[in-house]
Amino acid sequence: MTAASAFDPTVLADFVAHEAALLDAGRFDDWLALYTDDGRYWVPLAGAAQADPHSHQSLAFEDRLLLQLRVDRMKSPRAHSLRPRSRCQHVLQRSRIDAVDEAGCSATLSTPFVYIETRGDLQLTLAGTCRHQLVHTEAGWRMREKRVDLLDPDRAYPAIQLFI
Amino acid sequence: MSSYRDNPDAIRALVQDERVHRDAYLSDEVFELEQRHFVTRTWSFLGHTSQVPAAGDYVAVELAGQPLLMVRQADGAVRVLHNRCAHKGTQLVTDAAGNAGRFFRCPYHAWTYQLDGAPLALPLKSGYEGTGLTQCASGRGLEALKHVVVYREFVFVRLADAGPDFDAYFGGVLDAIDNMVDRSPQGRLTVAGGVLRNIVHCNWKMYLENINDTVHPVSTHESAVQAARGLWQGHTDDEPKPMAMEQILPFGAGYDFFDRMGGRVYPNGHSVLGIHFSIHSGYAQLPEYEQALRDAHGAERAQQILERSPQNAVLFPSLAVKGSPQAIRVIRPLAADRTLIEAWSFRAEGAPELLFERAQSYNRLVFSPMSVVAHDDVHLFESIQRGLRSGTNEWVSLHRGFDAAELGRGTAETNGTNELLMRNQFRAWAQHLAAGMEGAP
Repeated sequence: MTAASAFDPTVLADFVAHEAALLDAGRFDDWLALYTDDGRYWVPLAGAAQADPHSHQSLAFEDRLLLQLRVDRMKSPRAHSLRPRSRCQHVLQRSRIDAVDEAGCSATLSTPFVYIETRGDLQLTLAGTCRHQLVHTEAGWRMREKRVDLLDPDRAYPAIQLFI
Repeated sequence: MSSYRDNPDAIRALVQDERVHRDAYLSDEVFELEQRHFVTRTWSFLGHTSQVPAAGDYVAVELAGQPLLMVRQADGAVRVLHNRCAHKGTQLVTDAAGNAGRFFRCPYHAWTYQLDGAPLALPLKSGYEGTGLTQCASGRGLEALKHVVVYREFVFVRLADAGPDFDAYFGGVLDAIDNMVDRSPQGRLTVAGGVLRNIVHCNWKMYLENINDTVHPVSTHESAVQAARGLWQGHTDDEPKPMAMEQILPFGAGYDFFDRMGGRVYPNGHSVLGIHFSIHSGYAQLPEYEQALRDAHGAERAQQILERSPQNAVLFPSLAVKGSPQAIRVIRPLAADRTLIEAWSFRAEGAPELLFERAQSYNRLVFSPMSVVAHDDVHLFESIQRGLRSGTNEWVSLHRGFDAAELGRGTAETNGTNELLMRNQFRAWAQHLAAGMEGAP
């Protein structure tokens, strides 16, 4: 049974802010550790309108295996596209708690964001809303799903190198 | 730098037997000439009829800088119109896709047109009496493309009146479309799941030649392949793999594998890479589906379809086809240093949903703006676009496997690492661009 204090809105919002801060700091292994074993990262091509990851395409739909692949690749000196290295900054609006299920030890949050990714002299700006499905474990809150609904998901994009 | 305008010989001189001049990739002037004389003269893929299932459905596509509309007619035919009001040039529609209803109505002055472009009505008609409007292009409605061919529901267009006819232009490479369509027991494909769209800051020909580059994966994709191998360590070869692993690990094949897969070139720049096998040959087999294909097409044809999973077929200059997984890439030049690359997935009607999953999964892993495979490709294309400007060496080398006997040979087979597939593209490019500039029939 999860202590009621875990569902404190500040605790939940702090988790989301911490998650983004790890990405901005390039601490990708620590970021991966925030996922449950069955966790997934999903950027649907139809954005908020998309019902599921199978009937329609996604910019990214990755389980732990593919996320690990992405993170491991970044450590390779032969990850050519990371020379120069990309950096990112998440600017988060206050998270809204969409649902809590104390018995099921889970919570769902929506967090509007602006995301900036830079590389050399180039800068890419994305906007949208992150939707976190969190579950409380012995180790604390973990992500079962991070879904990123972009404002204009089907636009033609240059390479997006890091995690939105 | 010499001037290329009105100088077809200067264009021809950009392509030597085994080298290509950097101006073919870098020059804005050459790009403008391409848009006007090359893209218009050759046959480009525009869309698939399944995008416009009902009468009045349209999709807007830009080709050679010209906004076009592919429209389903009331009689079921598909026509292609210039998206330009005959009056002042307003685009009739500005959504990427939609349904026009029974006619198009210009939002500016309410001129209306039938779905085939014929003029319907305009306000203050009496004001045009005796003005000569009906005798000029402005009175004739929306301009329809005259050269449109629907080949097994793939819609191709030629903008200019002059140029080769469709069958003569594509010839045997159309088998690649047959191979994909016939993977449906019903012989019918549907575009599904949306289109991944990428902006790459490189010349379109650089992207297209890389589709036939079998020597780059070893070094370009080393980081992605090593990471995948590391994660799959300890598993045996015959163990069923997750689809993503099944699709990524073959990128790590060696030079020998890519050399042995073989390639075939056709006149006009077309090619098939992987005529013997490819990185797509090892996907898990599906006995029930294979039986359904035999029932639908006969054992011989089914065998022919299934044993053939080329790496890429290029229908020069706009389309790259992967019969398995059922995926295409559409190449749209935007500027000398900017190209739109689209990745489309197909559902083969009557085939298991798994095939559509493979198409979507492959496109996502390899052709999404977030793909770690594409990241290294795109980075290197953009790097070439800059690097080529430097120094006194003005040429790109396409020497590998060059043999003077290949010149003028037409259709020919070769080893998979031979740069003949790229030389063949550039020879066709120079030939058609120069012919277009000369106004050749």
